Amino acid sequence: MSELLLRVSGLTAFYGDAQALFGIDVDLAEGEMVAIIGANGAGKSTFLKALTGLVKTPRDCIRFRGEAIGGLPPGEIVRRGIALVPEGRRLFPSLSVEENLSLGAFARRPGPWSLARLFKLFPILEQKRASPATSLSGGQQQMVAIGRALMSNPTVLLCDELSLGLAPIVIKEIYDALPTICAEGMTAVIVEQDVSMAQRVSQRLYCFQEGRVSLQGASDVLSREQISQAYFGVPA
Amino acid sequence: MIETLLQGVLLGSLYGLFALGQSLMFGVMRLTNTAQGDFIILASFAAIAGMNGFAAAGLEAAFMPLLVTVLLVPLAFGFGYGLQRHVLNGTLGRDPLPSLVVTFGLSIVIQNLLLELFSADPRSIETGGLNTASLALPGGLAVGVLPLLIFAVALLATGALQWLFDSTRIGRAFRAVSDDREIAELMGLDARKVYALATGIAFVLIAVAGVLQGMRTTVSPADGPLLLLFAFEAVIIGGMGSFWGTLLGALLLGITQQIGFRLDPGWGIWAGHIVFLLVLVLRPQGLFPKTRG
Repeated sequence: MSELLLRVSGLTAFYGDAQALFGIDVDLAEGEMVAIIGANGAGKSTFLKALTGLVKTPRDCIRFRGEAIGGLPPGEIVRRGIALVPEGRRLFPSLSVEENLSLGAFARRPGPWSLARLFKLFPILEQKRASPATSLSGGQQQMVAIGRALMSNPTVLLCDELSLGLAPIVIKEIYDALPTICAEGMTAVIVEQDVSMAQRVSQRLYCFQEGRVSLQGASDVLSREQISQAYFGVPA
Repeated sequence: MIETLLQGVLLGSLYGLFALGQSLMFGVMRLTNTAQGDFIILASFAAIAGMNGFAAAGLEAAFMPLLVTVLLVPLAFGFGYGLQRHVLNGTLGRDPLPSLVVTFGLSIVIQNLLLELFSADPRSIETGGLNTASLALPGGLAVGVLPLLIFAVALLATGALQWLFDSTRIGRAFRAVSDDREIAELMGLDARKVYALATGIAFVLIAVAGVLQGMRTTVSPADGPLLLLFAFEAVIIGGMGSFWGTLLGALLLGITQQIGFRLDPGWGIWAGHIVFLLVLVLRPQGLFPKTRG
């Protein structure tokens, strides 16, 4: 295993008054793709929100390149190289496609991603660059959301439910682009409801259940039965 | 008839200046500044105090209102920025009530402060004859030079604000935090600073409106709420989200009032309220709402 990039240990987080995470331990090595699966309400999205500073957490629970970053403001975290593709895309409706992308570059770090490179990956976005972002189809909007995150040139890309509300053929198109995106050593965390997709694209897999890690291991080694039990909390 | 329309447009353009700051603050952070009118009057009195100060120092000239405005604008920006940063940001949230209560409180404070400092007497800004100068138009019409100047300033301010909002990096940040504050912060924007910038710009418009109001007519400490009402009506009639819409709403309000005044001097303001209520009932989104997508 290559060098440890992000270490999450004993992470707790609250969503309003309710505790959503009860001591999560997750390690990320440089350049790997990790999937997180779990039922609705298992704490997957809260976990990603905690990593990006949208949900407050104790400082020491999250260490990025050795530095404690838990609970820092979101802007501080994106400047350190962790970017999120949020659940439901959440593009800015008043902004054009290009403006959405350029806002992603607000806290830009040096790196390979630029508007030109993004338009090469998703040519349709260049044609629609002046259109209001939310006038695009769901799949195209997801491309904008991914592009917006990439424009900050992150080291770690967090993707929350890329497949949500999209047609299977569009999901395939989006996931086919991921290896290209991650080709240059980008580390990715994919939260996904579609277990077989998550297993296929990732090297390692964590299963969350009620705010705890119920299973982890290499994606190609874990069996359907193991995953099923960890996912639902009962033997399959 | 043409004269009534013309006077209405000129009156309405001043209402447009009252309303632009309100429209900006509501558009960026959904904050209804119920002290808008009082801040305009505060700006008028600040200008009057400035003029008096210069007069006491032996400085009196026709360009003094301009000089005072130039001095007032950066002050107003700083005041608005600080007010938002240190007071109003703390009132923002899902509940609109705290910001309403705080700005309402500011309104009372400002009125009483002005009453204490300047008494209840109406005052105006000395314009060196500009407020009585008029321009003869073909057809026997005559329009005041000052109202024309106000009209030009209103057009300029609306155009500049719309351009700022649509075509600049600051405007992009305004729209982004207005759409989705959480995601904008995820991109690295500091929403509290963006809000402060918006309020700073709104207060520049307030300062300009205050000086022009003080030049056009007399001002007294209790005038604020009526100006707020006109600003509010203009924003509602025009429709949220577009500054040209706000200006058009203000012009419509001005024309309606002017027609009312022509019918009976007691009906002017009342006619404006009727049109405002009709728009609220028949077309609550306003006459010129911004269409998205």
